[in-house]
Amino acid sequence: MVDARRRAFLAGMAAMPAAACTDLAETDGAQAVFGAVEDWHRTAHRTLAARQALAREYELEDRAPDIRGNGSLTVETDYYRAQLANGFDDWELEVGGMVDNPMRLSLADLRAFPQRTQITRHDCVEGWSAIAQWTGPQLGPLLDLARVREDANFIIFRCADKLNGYDYYESVDMVDAYHPQTIIAHELNGEPLPEKNGAPLRMRIERQLGYKHAKYLTAIEAVASFDDIGRGKGGYWEDRGDYQWYAGI
Amino acid sequence: MKRHSLATRIWHWINALALVVLFMSGLNISNAHRRLYWGDDGFAAEDAWTFVIRFPEWATIPQRYDLAEARDWHNTFAWVFAVALLGMWIASLINRHFRRDIATEAREWTPASLWRDIRQHLRGNFEHGAGKYNTLQKISYGFVLGIFLPMMVLTGMALSPGVEPMAPWFIDLLGGRQSARSLHFIFAWGIFVFFVVHVALVVLSGPIWQMRAMITGRTGKEPAHG
Repeated sequence: MVDARRRAFLAGMAAMPAAACTDLAETDGAQAVFGAVEDWHRTAHRTLAARQALAREYELEDRAPDIRGNGSLTVETDYYRAQLANGFDDWELEVGGMVDNPMRLSLADLRAFPQRTQITRHDCVEGWSAIAQWTGPQLGPLLDLARVREDANFIIFRCADKLNGYDYYESVDMVDAYHPQTIIAHELNGEPLPEKNGAPLRMRIERQLGYKHAKYLTAIEAVASFDDIGRGKGGYWEDRGDYQWYAGI
Repeated sequence: MKRHSLATRIWHWINALALVVLFMSGLNISNAHRRLYWGDDGFAAEDAWTFVIRFPEWATIPQRYDLAEARDWHNTFAWVFAVALLGMWIASLINRHFRRDIATEAREWTPASLWRDIRQHLRGNFEHGAGKYNTLQKISYGFVLGIFLPMMVLTGMALSPGVEPMAPWFIDLLGGRQSARSLHFIFAWGIFVFFVVHVALVVLSGPIWQMRAMITGRTGKEPAHG
């Protein structure tokens, strides 16, 4: 009896600040502080590390035997099923938006670009990490070929998959778009990208958490701002779950 | 009688608030993936060295499972905590708080001296030190200020994929990202244990004058003579 009451009292004491925090977080003021803090983290990271500083790369033997699929594990459209069956022969990646030379690239076109292979660690926002080898062309030279305009500030990644009924998409700024390890991966551990890991194309944004690495990639779009895309927060998880747009924290 | 400097008092309360928010939002973050690993990577159950319980909602910030919001609280108070700790360290070196009150002398480490200190604690006599703090106090404050709190900052930073490119050797030194995550968890619980003992000893040694000393800086007691 007394024990139960004491436990309830202790729980209440512990919950007091937590309950206050839960309510406080909903206010505009708290949201503004959280937004500012996210910017401080990004600024600190980019001030203290060189802009082109590389994420850690590993050896072949460090790779995990299997890379867990997370989020969407497939795309539920007839078009995707047909593409999957024929080895994505007709899959096209559109490069557009604020570019002077819009392009439509097949997988063969992407394989004809100089390739980068990197063994890197995928860090999920939930806490787990997995090491794998990814191969594909760097995004930077592709954006140069498309002649991205000066006033474009962000690159949007459009995806074929829907999660909980909404289109998946993501975005990065030009620093991460032009980072040497930012590649459009079409191979995982030397094999064509498996379905659960985003076949046929996915992004690798190595200095940010997993939700930035858009899978089932259909288009790359240069924009000045992402205010008018989705709910305006720059990505599926940013829109739906209030995740941080800068996922390097 | 003067007990705590203004710098110590300000830091103590800012740190207490930051630790509560960091710990409780950390429990929410822990609920997102309840396995711990050693090394660089790990995501399967068979890679884990331990499984973590699901922390109840009353113990977390916010009071429901919400990883995004818990991260907002955690990343915000991480700044408060780290900057305050740096400030406390600089102040303690300048005002000689560390040298004078916390650093131990070799003669305090003899078995006889340590045993005497433990016996005094068991008798409920906590003010038997030659200086402001007794030996066990100096050791525990030294460990917390010098190792546990800084390790929380360092292992926390090691978890950010945006921090790693600055100094990959540093994450290696901690044994890899998943080791850093495990250490972050272990040191957090170490600090929790310190917190429980700390509060218990404040209560046992006179909560009124202790609280007054940490708020006003003065104990309200006459200096002891003799």
